[in-house]
Amino acid sequence: MAIILGGIATSHIPAIGNAIARGQQQDPYWKPLFDGYPRVHGWLADVKPDVAVVIYNDHGLNFFLDKLPTFAVGAAFEYQNEDEGWGLSPVSPFPGEPRLSWHIIESLVADGFDITTCQEMRVDHGFTVPMSLLWPDRSEHAVRTIPVSINTVQHPLPTPARCYRLGKAIGRAIESYDEDLGVVVIATGGLSHQLDGERAGFINRQFDLMCMKKIVAHPQSLARLSIPDLVRQAGAQGVEFLMWLAMRGALTGRVSKLHSHYHIPISNTAAGLLLLENAAVDATMIFP
Amino acid sequence: MAHKHTKNIPGTTIFDAAQAMKGYALNRMCYSFNSAENRSAFLQDENAYCARYGLNAQQREAIRKRDVLALIEAGGNIYYLAKFAGIFGLNVQDVGAQQTGMSVDAFKAKLRAAGG
Repeated sequence: MAIILGGIATSHIPAIGNAIARGQQQDPYWKPLFDGYPRVHGWLADVKPDVAVVIYNDHGLNFFLDKLPTFAVGAAFEYQNEDEGWGLSPVSPFPGEPRLSWHIIESLVADGFDITTCQEMRVDHGFTVPMSLLWPDRSEHAVRTIPVSINTVQHPLPTPARCYRLGKAIGRAIESYDEDLGVVVIATGGLSHQLDGERAGFINRQFDLMCMKKIVAHPQSLARLSIPDLVRQAGAQGVEFLMWLAMRGALTGRVSKLHSHYHIPISNTAAGLLLLENAAVDATMIFP
Repeated sequence: MAHKHTKNIPGTTIFDAAQAMKGYALNRMCYSFNSAENRSAFLQDENAYCARYGLNAQQREAIRKRDVLALIEAGGNIYYLAKFAGIFGLNVQDVGAQQTGMSVDAFKAKLRAAGG
C-alpha cells in the first residue's frame, strides 16, 4: 500500500527561481531564505519518497479565464515548464506517475470532488520553484510528480474548508493505492502578500506565524476562515494558504512538526516553510 | 454576495465576476505575452496588437500609460498584468512601487519593515 510520509509547505516566489539560476543562495539577501531548506533536504534523503503530490496554483501558464477549473489533477507521463513572460528560464520536465494520478482522480470523484483531469499540464513557477528548492540537485531527482492545481485567480475561490476536505480526500486516495509507494504531499504558495492595488506590499507577520503554528495540531480552526478573512489578513495573494490547508488535510495519521522557517521579505512576500511528519496511527497503541 | 465583504478592504479589487467580464479582452491579450514572439509583436506595433485583441478605449489608454491601477480598474488581473509588466523588465516591486506612489527603494524598505 502507498503511505504518506509527510507534508511540506513552501512559498513559490518566482524571484527564488532566478536566484537559483544565478547561484545567489549565499548572497546576503537570499541566505536567510535558503538556510531554511537543508533540514528538509536531510529529511527527504532519509525517507526517499517515490512520489510527490504537489498542490499549487497556476498563475496563467496552463489555465486561462476561458476555461478555469477550481480543482485540476495532472495525469500525464511528464510535465513541461514554459516561459511565463517575465524572465524566469524554463526548467527541464518533471516525470509523472499517471497510474497513481488516475487512482486519485477516480477516488476523488467517488468522494464527491468533481475535479478536472489533465493529460497535458504545463506547470508554472508555483510548481517548479518548490521542486528546485526541495531537490536542488536535479541529477538525483528521481521523484515522480502529480500536480494538483487549485484556482486562486478567478473568484469565487474554493473555501478554506473545501480545500481542507479536498486534502483529506487526496489522503484517503493515496492510502487506498495498492502499490508500495512512499508519497510526500507538498503545498506551495503564501504566506502573506499582495501584489495588486494601493495595498500592494501588505505583509502580516502575526497572522502568518499564527497560521504556521495552528496548522500543525488545529487545522480545523483555520479551515473555518472565509476567503474574505484570508484576503483581509493575508493579502489578496495570501489566499494561497488554501494549498497549505489542502496539504494538511492529506495528512491522515499522527502529525508532528519537524521543522519550520519564516523570513520577510522575499520579493513582495513573507516566505514560509513547514515540514510535517505523518506517522501511521497504530491501532494497537490506542487499543492495546 | 461575497463581494460586499471585501469591498471594505482598502486598496483591494477582488477579481470577481464583474471584473472578469470587464477585463476579458485585456487579460486575454496579457495572457498571450507568455510567448516571446507575441511580446515582440506588441513592441513592434502596439496599436495593431491591442486592436487585434479588441481592447476598449479605457483598456487601450491604461496600456498606453503603463498604469497598473488603471489596468486593474479596466478589469485587469494582476497575474496577467505581470506578464505585460515583464515586457518592460518590471518586477512586482516596481509594480508595487508604482501602485503605492512610492519610490522602488521606499517600497522595498516598507517590505523589510514588515519583518519587524
